[in-house]
Amino acid sequence: MARSNKPILWLPFAAGGLVAALITPVLILITGMLVPLGVLHLPYERMAAFAHNPIGKLILLGIVALPAWHAAHRLRMTAHDLGLGSGFAVKAACYGAALVMIVAGAAALLAV
Amino acid sequence: MSETVTLEVLRYHPETDSKPHFQSYTVPYHEDWVVLDALNHIKDHLDGTLTYRWSCHMAVCGSCGMMINGEPKLSCHAFLRDYRNGVVRIEPLDHFPIERDLVIVMDSFMEKLSSVKPYMIVEREKPLSEGEYLQTPALLNVYKQYTQCINCLLCYAACPQCALNQDFIGPAALALAHRYNLDSRDGGKDQRADVVASDEGIWECTFVGACSEVCPKHVDPAAAIQQTKISASVDWFKNLLPRGGSA
Amino acid sequence: MSRRPYVREVRRAWWLGQPRYVVYMIRELTSLFIGLYSAWLVIGLVRLAQGRTAWEGFLAATSSPPAVLFQFVCLAFAAYHSITWFAVTPKAMPLTLQGKPVSGNVIVAGHYAAWALVSLVVLIAAGV
Repeated sequence: MARSNKPILWLPFAAGGLVAALITPVLILITGMLVPLGVLHLPYERMAAFAHNPIGKLILLGIVALPAWHAAHRLRMTAHDLGLGSGFAVKAACYGAALVMIVAGAAALLAV
Repeated sequence: MSETVTLEVLRYHPETDSKPHFQSYTVPYHEDWVVLDALNHIKDHLDGTLTYRWSCHMAVCGSCGMMINGEPKLSCHAFLRDYRNGVVRIEPLDHFPIERDLVIVMDSFMEKLSSVKPYMIVEREKPLSEGEYLQTPALLNVYKQYTQCINCLLCYAACPQCALNQDFIGPAALALAHRYNLDSRDGGKDQRADVVASDEGIWECTFVGACSEVCPKHVDPAAAIQQTKISASVDWFKNLLPRGGSA
Repeated sequence: MSRRPYVREVRRAWWLGQPRYVVYMIRELTSLFIGLYSAWLVIGLVRLAQGRTAWEGFLAATSSPPAVLFQFVCLAFAAYHSITWFAVTPKAMPLTLQGKPVSGNVIVAGHYAAWALVSLVVLIAAGV
């Protein structure tokens, strides 16, 4: 038995859990209710300006990447609970999907 | 007509049975009886072949753990009056092989327990002339709840990860490792980490929390494991640094 | 006497066997909706990078009835994630202040306060 390298997967999972808990609900409120209701408009100029700023880029990446990683790790563990095993296919699907999202998000933010 | 209670008990005698089967017994109801009293009544008056572990009859020895209506409980700690309506179904603790009737094979747990080095490992041995290893009450309170484990194995029976992976070190063993890791007099966290921080150790746990819910001594092994995950993660990153971390 | 320990089978649907396991599965399922919503946000970021027309298209898409319904479900699960995450934080990170343990309720209340504060800050930043 040897010390596991799980911490490298687990710490971003834990951080993502906290970010998701504190920030994701209000984001869903905005894009899922306040924008549809016309209470908020999120004009392009304002959003682009925020995303243009390097700090803005980091914040936007964080609120997307960390919850995505949290979901990936947790769904990988849940797949094991549901009897789908913990083989390469499950890991590739879960972490792969998260990495695709993170890379796409980062690329988009760099392009703004 | 005095009141009675029906117990359905899982029987298994390997010399005659190919697999376990339920057997029904009717015992008298007493307001102050626990399930263990009912089992003792069965053994004394109805069926002397019934086999089960018990000792203290007061929830301190940890011997009499079993599944009562699907819930891991100490049979001395489960009152008949709470099961008056309907049948009481009694089975051996989940997630362990059945030796005979309600007796489980707990060898795997004994190995897991000793594998976490559940004893004081001091950083520096002191000669007797230097006196005792001192500890304030405040330092004791840091780890005291994790000393309360009676090795009853209810937590292993409740934990789904114990069901899914027979090699999982498990809640009680990991809680006991935490007891020593938190003890100010101990310096053995690193030596325990090869087992505790392995894939079969804390990392098999998904914080279901059932272990802490069923623990009769309120040890809270789930908390112990989550705290160990944080501590092990910090140590893992510290060990990446050139000079190494706590090693 | 010969020993023949009997190993009981573990059902694949073990988690349906007890209410506490069903609740655990629902709790874990919250991460699926957090993941799906994060994917929706990534799409938004990509549209933002593609320019004004694409961004306004995303705003229209997120306001469409199916998207609103999807996000309503996500919100319910996200809120449940927050509630369960805060509830277990005191166990994972017990706090000691001046030698005395801080009550779990205080740690939980602090998280709810942070949740409210962060939500307010984000709403103000978004233009409320």
